[in-house]
Amino acid sequence: MYFDLTDEQQAIKATARDFLAARYTSARIRELAESEHGFEQSDWEEMAELGWPGLALPEAWGGQGLGIVDLAVLFEEMGYALAPSPLFSTTVAGLALAANGRDEQRERWLRPLAAGAARGTVAVFDAGTPASIGDFEMEAKADGDGVVLDGEKVLVMDAATADFFLVATADGRRHLVERDAEGLSVSAEKSIDPTRRLYSVRFDGVRVEREATLDGTQPDYLPVLWRACVAIAAESTGIAQRTMEMAVEYAKDRQQFDRPIGAYQAVSHRCAQMLLETENARSAVYGAAWAADAEPESLPLAASMAKAYASDAGWRVPDASIQVHGGIGFTWEHDLHFFLKRGKANAAGFGDSRWHRERVADLVLAGAEAPAPA
Amino acid sequence: MDLSLSPSEREFRDEVRTWLEENHPGPEPDGGLEEVMAFRTEWQRKLHEAGWAGISWPKEYGGRGATLIEQAIFVGEAARQEAPSPANVLGLAMGGPVVIAHGTDEQKQRYLEPILTAEEIWCQGFSEPESGSDLASLKTKAVKDGDEWVVTGQKVWTTFAQYAKWCMLVARTDPDAPKHKGLTYFLMDMEQPGVEAKPLVQITGEGEFNEVFIDEARIPDANVVGGVGNGWSVAITTLMNERAGLAFGAISQISNSLKRLGELAAETRVKGGTAAEDPVLRQRIAQLHIEAETMRLNAYRGLTKTMQSGIPGPEGSLGKWQWADLNQAIAELALDIEGAYAPLDRGAEHAVANGAWQYGFLRSRANSIEGGTTDILKNIIAERVLGLPRLR
Repeated sequence: MYFDLTDEQQAIKATARDFLAARYTSARIRELAESEHGFEQSDWEEMAELGWPGLALPEAWGGQGLGIVDLAVLFEEMGYALAPSPLFSTTVAGLALAANGRDEQRERWLRPLAAGAARGTVAVFDAGTPASIGDFEMEAKADGDGVVLDGEKVLVMDAATADFFLVATADGRRHLVERDAEGLSVSAEKSIDPTRRLYSVRFDGVRVEREATLDGTQPDYLPVLWRACVAIAAESTGIAQRTMEMAVEYAKDRQQFDRPIGAYQAVSHRCAQMLLETENARSAVYGAAWAADAEPESLPLAASMAKAYASDAGWRVPDASIQVHGGIGFTWEHDLHFFLKRGKANAAGFGDSRWHRERVADLVLAGAEAPAPA
Repeated sequence: MDLSLSPSEREFRDEVRTWLEENHPGPEPDGGLEEVMAFRTEWQRKLHEAGWAGISWPKEYGGRGATLIEQAIFVGEAARQEAPSPANVLGLAMGGPVVIAHGTDEQKQRYLEPILTAEEIWCQGFSEPESGSDLASLKTKAVKDGDEWVVTGQKVWTTFAQYAKWCMLVARTDPDAPKHKGLTYFLMDMEQPGVEAKPLVQITGEGEFNEVFIDEARIPDANVVGGVGNGWSVAITTLMNERAGLAFGAISQISNSLKRLGELAAETRVKGGTAAEDPVLRQRIAQLHIEAETMRLNAYRGLTKTMQSGIPGPEGSLGKWQWADLNQAIAELALDIEGAYAPLDRGAEHAVANGAWQYGFLRSRANSIEGGTTDILKNIIAERVLGLPRLR
């Protein structure tokens, strides 16, 4: 039993912390928040040099072959830095291809993705539906030996700059569609979170050749979903950590009634609550990340627990930090609102806390054992 | 990172599991405290004979010298199987470790063995009616008289005082020194004319705690632990020990409660089905499971940290806080699931589970008070973990 990062994981953390802090200053995040695509290609290329797009992808396809714990370490730092980047959406597409792609598909799309030469994203939810996991309505209409797609996918991350989409259909399959496919159009949606872009994607008779449809149906994508949940929950944990630190620092500095406000228990107990939620989120995230790598049978429960908890902590802690800051925390000029918005958007994606709690209820009321040590 | 038990840890767990399965005597008798104490004394003798009583104590003092992870495994497994508590729980968890850490050779010789065998029960005389969270303000005074000390004052919340031979007593020996400096840690013989214990009836109707009235009781100089004037730092060690030992038992206990909560939900009819099918109750059940899991994982993360640094950190306060919240929330949800039946107490014909959750609901009110109030734990976290300024 050893529940801490290894030296190698500490090194990943330190590298990410330094790299991201140097690039994503407040001024830079604000500049990117107002840019067309929300990130810059030069940053992407540097991340690719560090091997980040392929961090948890198999070495056979050019990835680094590291685990989900390592991925969680990286995404905790992405959240801490509030890095605006398509790294998350590409990582999810990469994990899906690694899990269910055929070798020729992996050769064609996963290898460049792992190297940072191509980006992917998943397009699963249909416009006008409750956007609930697994309930997809777009039909894969047979057309010769391929299929034709019609409809509109919503809440697609980084669609304008992705090279390909993994499109879910009602039969639970995923189809790989390139952005320049005929009949496909992308339009930006305004999100409360300007640090991660959401789009809708229209499919007007988009034809998918047989070799672009992946193997597997919805149950085969659940292990991908659980890993994505761990990564985004790690990001929310980083958001909580950073905004808690901001609150504590401010509470030490800010004087009212001739004392630092952190001396008042109304404020200091709020900060203690932020620590509790942040540490709980972190434990849940790394517990689930470890399960993904070492005990996959416990992953569904552990991942839902982590995503449910971190979804809540990821916006409540920034919110509490705003309250500690008082009026200044509510201004556009202060950075806190960007963290709150990213945290709230993270909470909604990949199953919100209600959806994951329902999963947890299903599993625990059926008598599932929590992961080791038992 | 490896959250599984190593082969040797697993072997230890299996050894503990088997021994407990074969030896633990089942649920405590349903009678009065006297009967329960006799039952627990018998159980402790059995534990001691097999070398489990002083699991954390070094071997040279009759303990097992188990590693932290082994202690966690033992405590967790004992709670999982709902093994009874040993009779001398305060002597084992606090008295012994303090004598080992701060006692003289003579004191070690005299006190340790009877703690292990439960021949002598220990209690703790720290809190006073006017000194609760602000423990260092305590007023019970000890005045030197030849080679003895004469003690007068009052202690409160003293668990097992009515059965105890020895009291870990903190008293003021220097009224002129700053409040943390003028205290001394004594071992006071409870069996003497100047000491009187009176049970305090708590909201459950039971009397776990006592008031202890001390009127010119006598303590020989040889019973000072850790030197005159060092009482505060000696007492702090015992509190740290109290907290470190509890976490893993608490985790198993919470896990057992959650299992029973699930059973209650499955057995309880609500409009349109069972409580286990009710979407709102399911959300609450799930949230408690999630929080229990974070508490369990935090404890393992803390254990790794303690193994690296050698001392438990102030983060342990998070676990105690979380345990209190969770234990209360589980009982509250159980009563909500029982709905209109929630008032029916033990003994009532139509009580659910013979009033077990009613007892749990009431008893758990103390969880955020006993062993450090949640409000004080938040202060400790704010000051010692986050580095926020003190109000004082």
